[in-house]
Amino acid sequence: MSTDITTSQRPTPPSYEVPKVYRYGALIVGFFVLVIFPLVFNNPTISTIGVFAMIFLMAVTGWNIFSGYTGYIALGHAVFFGIGQYATAMLSSYWHINPGMWTFVLIPVSMILAGVAAIPIGFMILRVRKHTFIVLTIALMFIFQLFAYNLRSWTGGSQGLEVGQPGWDGSVFNLPYYYVGLFVAIIAIITSFMIRRSKFGLSLLAIRDDEDRARSLGINTTRSKLIAFIISAVFLGAAGCIYAMFVGSVYPQFSFDPAFDLELSIMAFAGGLGTILGPSLGALIISAAQQYFLISFGGANVFLIVYGALFIVILRLLPGGVVPAISDKWRSHVVRKEQRKLDAEIQGPAEGGAKK
Amino acid sequence: MTLLGVNNISKSYGGIQALRECTMNFQEGAINGLIGPNGSGKTTLFNVMTGYETPDSGTVTFRGNDITNATPDEVFASGIGRTFQLTRIFPRLTVIENVHIAAQRQGFLAQLRQWSQPDERARALESLDFVGLTKLSREPAGSLSYGQQKLLEFAFIMVAEPKVMLLDEPAGGVNPTLLKHLGGRIKELNKSGVTFIIVEHDMEFVMGICDQVSVMHQGHALLEGKPDIVRNDPAVLEAYLGTDMSEAE
Repeated sequence: MSTDITTSQRPTPPSYEVPKVYRYGALIVGFFVLVIFPLVFNNPTISTIGVFAMIFLMAVTGWNIFSGYTGYIALGHAVFFGIGQYATAMLSSYWHINPGMWTFVLIPVSMILAGVAAIPIGFMILRVRKHTFIVLTIALMFIFQLFAYNLRSWTGGSQGLEVGQPGWDGSVFNLPYYYVGLFVAIIAIITSFMIRRSKFGLSLLAIRDDEDRARSLGINTTRSKLIAFIISAVFLGAAGCIYAMFVGSVYPQFSFDPAFDLELSIMAFAGGLGTILGPSLGALIISAAQQYFLISFGGANVFLIVYGALFIVILRLLPGGVVPAISDKWRSHVVRKEQRKLDAEIQGPAEGGAKK
Repeated sequence: MTLLGVNNISKSYGGIQALRECTMNFQEGAINGLIGPNGSGKTTLFNVMTGYETPDSGTVTFRGNDITNATPDEVFASGIGRTFQLTRIFPRLTVIENVHIAAQRQGFLAQLRQWSQPDERARALESLDFVGLTKLSREPAGSLSYGQQKLLEFAFIMVAEPKVMLLDEPAGGVNPTLLKHLGGRIKELNKSGVTFIIVEHDMEFVMGICDQVSVMHQGHALLEGKPDIVRNDPAVLEAYLGTDMSEAE
């Protein structure tokens, strides 16, 4: 290929990225805050909110790896959350695992089971797109809920299953769940980050923008979507496992809950769908707010009203979410700065000439 | 030597016969023009050749290999790149990311690598230099003008180094300056060995750039020849103008 512009003559475009010092600084501060949070706020009520925030953090990050990057909005990921829960309940009983630290061994097992379940499910539902895909995911979630209700000998039907709780002291009870949750959530965020930076991640974003075009450029879209779907399911399985261990019981209507995916999607939309850290931010803020409302108003589902209002506010004010809004502000700032520089360069010689 | 050929291709949509036993051969190393009135089946033929449509009958061959039922990604991997009548870029990705998508290497391990590898980045920037879009490399592709999007689409096909580039109406909606620029780029690439097949309604552009022109009418090949011969052929004029030239004379 021959070009008429050499590399040394190449015009340099301005960088719109937020400088690394700010980005990494914010990450380090965020990490530090999350690590010390349950130590500073050692009230069990507050640390319970923290545990749920960690569960949603990994779940939303996992959901975003598929739905955020490919643009396929899945509203049936509760299937994998539920599989993680039932796997934990059934296996802890079947393998006679004593409640305690050993129960955490079930996290990788739940992740594997959710991932394996995602293979045939993905093969089936990824053949369709857009609204049909969304409807299929919802239908699938209800099918799994019906399984949980009707396969009584395995799932306990509507009676559900118990997961043994360790006899830890109330003041430290939440800490292992919080830190294990944080650990898995960080793995999920690192995975999401690595995917976004990889060729595979770029393929997913190309699918989001124009799947047919991506295919015509040699991307195996079926394979890419399926792999993203499986990775996504794996983190939902982990979230389900920690949830079941923490709550201590598993019921069909809560394990395969249609509101769960609504929550995930609102968290992701609020933070910034398809960004790396946006969904995490959404999860931390909204899940904490949800737990606060649950604690304050009991089981009145007040948070659902808040969700509705929040959704309207997001759509009106921040249609791209918080993180893209910050990126846009930064971009405008860079553009203005570049323009000022350019104006000064133009005016400088002109003024110099006038003095003569 | 024939590089890409279609043999007796037929394709219908319900009651509409878009292609009727169409046979055409496109020569290696040439800039081939494909012209015809609206609805003559040019884009359908492109779709069949690039795996977007499966023909009802007939075969498509590339370097003597049958690629009739190949999928678009397989067609692309074999060395055939195409642009669309209405540009199809990735609007929410940056310009440089758009170009990188086409530079993807297949294989599981290759997919796990960071997308902006130095060697591929250099190729991508070279490709943007070629079409004059380097300064916009960090802009979202959706913010480019229509003409720039055409150039971007051209750049990201080019970066994959295809053997054949199928351009569907590259002049559509492009201002004369950009079009001249694009024409120059096509000629340069052709000199380096890339074969072109160009569907276009801008006759000045086609006749000025193409070595060989094929004419389609009502789903089949009407004529193939040098631009000067095609330009003055009565059958071609009749197909375009809808008049019987012999009667007119």
